[in-house]
Amino acid sequence: MSGTLPSPYLPREAEILERTAETPDMFTLRLRLVEADARAAFQFAPGQFNMLQLPGIGGVPISIASDPAQSETLDHTIRAVGRVTRVLEQLERGDRLGLRGPFGQGWPMREAEGRDLVFVTGGLGCAPVVAAISYALARRDRYRRIVILQGVKHAADMIWRERYDAWARLPDTQVRLAADEPTKGWTGHVGLVTELLDQVQLDPELALAMVCGPEPMMLASARRLVELGVAPARIRLSLERDFQCGVGHCGHCQMGPYFVCRDGPVFSYDRIGWLLGTHGF
Amino acid sequence: MRYSQTSARQLGTALMNPPRHLPRQRLQSLFDRLADAGYDCIGPRLREGAVLYEALAEARDLPAGIRARQAPGEYRLEARHDERCFAWANGPQALKPLLFQPEETLWRCLRDEDGRLRFEEVVPTPARRAVIGVRACDLAALALHDKHFLHREADPSYRARRADLLLVAVDCSDPADTCFCASTGDGPAVAGGSDLALTELEDGFLVRAYTEVGRRIADGLPLRDATDEELRAAETQREHAARAQRRALPGRNLRDALFANLDHPRWDAVAERCLACGNCVSVCPTCFCATERDSASLDGHASEHRRLWDTCYSAEHSYVHGRLLRPDTRSRYRQWLTHKLGGWHDQYGRSGCVGCGRCISWCPVGIDITEEATAICTPAPEPDKGPDAR
Repeated sequence: MSGTLPSPYLPREAEILERTAETPDMFTLRLRLVEADARAAFQFAPGQFNMLQLPGIGGVPISIASDPAQSETLDHTIRAVGRVTRVLEQLERGDRLGLRGPFGQGWPMREAEGRDLVFVTGGLGCAPVVAAISYALARRDRYRRIVILQGVKHAADMIWRERYDAWARLPDTQVRLAADEPTKGWTGHVGLVTELLDQVQLDPELALAMVCGPEPMMLASARRLVELGVAPARIRLSLERDFQCGVGHCGHCQMGPYFVCRDGPVFSYDRIGWLLGTHGF
Repeated sequence: MRYSQTSARQLGTALMNPPRHLPRQRLQSLFDRLADAGYDCIGPRLREGAVLYEALAEARDLPAGIRARQAPGEYRLEARHDERCFAWANGPQALKPLLFQPEETLWRCLRDEDGRLRFEEVVPTPARRAVIGVRACDLAALALHDKHFLHREADPSYRARRADLLLVAVDCSDPADTCFCASTGDGPAVAGGSDLALTELEDGFLVRAYTEVGRRIADGLPLRDATDEELRAAETQREHAARAQRRALPGRNLRDALFANLDHPRWDAVAERCLACGNCVSVCPTCFCATERDSASLDGHASEHRRLWDTCYSAEHSYVHGRLLRPDTRSRYRQWLTHKLGGWHDQYGRSGCVGCGRCISWCPVGIDITEEATAICTPAPEPDKGPDAR
């Protein structure tokens, strides 16, 4: 009986094709599953995540930042802040690790068709959203206006500046960047990313917002979007928790009625808003 | 009972109706028939002052002539003056550790000279096991764990241990002071969910079968028809066991009441007493949290990925990328209770509490879940509308 179904816990071997430094403590690993069968079977949606497993050390959930149309390679942008991510930071091209996934519910790319897309991100929250932005831009005719707002605390943490600049040059695409603490020569907004919401033209009836970042930033963004007239059901937030199993078994991401790894990480504001900002959840 | 044979709605009907009588001195025949059918028997035994489920091949090794006196923060076995083998309320554990082990390896990884990795799944190959003496509360907890570990993504270890598990349940005749299964609707009598069920009477047992596997075992036992008097005695005993329970939860669905009271002052009061030790989680038959740990061999070429029981009362449980969601005991107790009695309704269609009372008996400071839930949900919600009422 056992052994006939694939175990959701068993990693597959992946190799690092490329390592890109983004900032002093942020980097992107481009991974490829080693077995051709596993590679061919791997399909994901923007906003889903993988568990990267370092044998003998541990695992960490990382969202997939690359385009699902090119699922042969999988980009993961990581900030070295914990025990596992600091080891991941040391890895180089050709190194091997374990990969499980994809897990969770991603961004509503199909539902967003025919709508204005508003992306609001804070800090490394831009990584899970970049897959959705790339996805929409690669299928540009399916979507109306695209608004991209990204904020960071220190201007030095603004990664993918060239990408934002390139997107800003596209028709019907508005990009605004914010930094709380600007560096010399900073040309973006000085302040919070939520303040940018007042500086863009939004058609609240048509807009679908995808928000990712620290929870206070997501909560502030969602509240402002509601004030601007966007329905809570069309505001989507991607949450971060200590995913260990990825399939709703281990209990670490239990949150009210949900397991965030399985029922999320992307939730609509009307489903999750009542728990956001509540201490202990 | 194999998981695939479980159907929540048809459990009340026994295949052998009316139940038949097995004399007390022939109880060993049950162990023998199970052994003949290839089962290793597991059952209650006296160990370190408690009743624990361990390997058990002889009826004479059952904990006869004892009762369990339980109260908040207290568990004591006492002598009783009869030969009854099951006239004690549950000890600290029953089925949970047999299926969801406190610690186990999920996979291994080997690294070759070129740095290539080979991941190997580790799945147990257990013997066929029969568990004797399971109570109604633990059958209800088992049904919940089946949902948790087998629906959607199946847990390979749980699946392997659950397959071919045969269950011989016993109606609870002597609930402890801490028991409240009557209020959760999960006991004290067995209403299915096992292969066989026994009612222990003065001179023997009434036996009923719920599955074909159970009936085949029963067919090999020296049974006779039960007398009307025995059937009445069994019924009286079941009613008495339900009426004897003094504790109760204030409703079967407290989800809305709990989430409406997240700022209730009682959370602060209980946090003053709670040690955040996690005993309640360890003894709870439905708690399933686990953490994953890696360990490497000294030469770095092999490693194991293990899973260990975890508790939402620890700080690490709420770790998220450099911060703790629940740095204080108040938010951890609240997480446990709002999940157990609230979130479970959304996730599993019923409360996560089966009324076994273990968390009350084994809490070092005697915190009583029924008291806390009642205080926090005051004013009490609408009277009972069944497990799925909203």
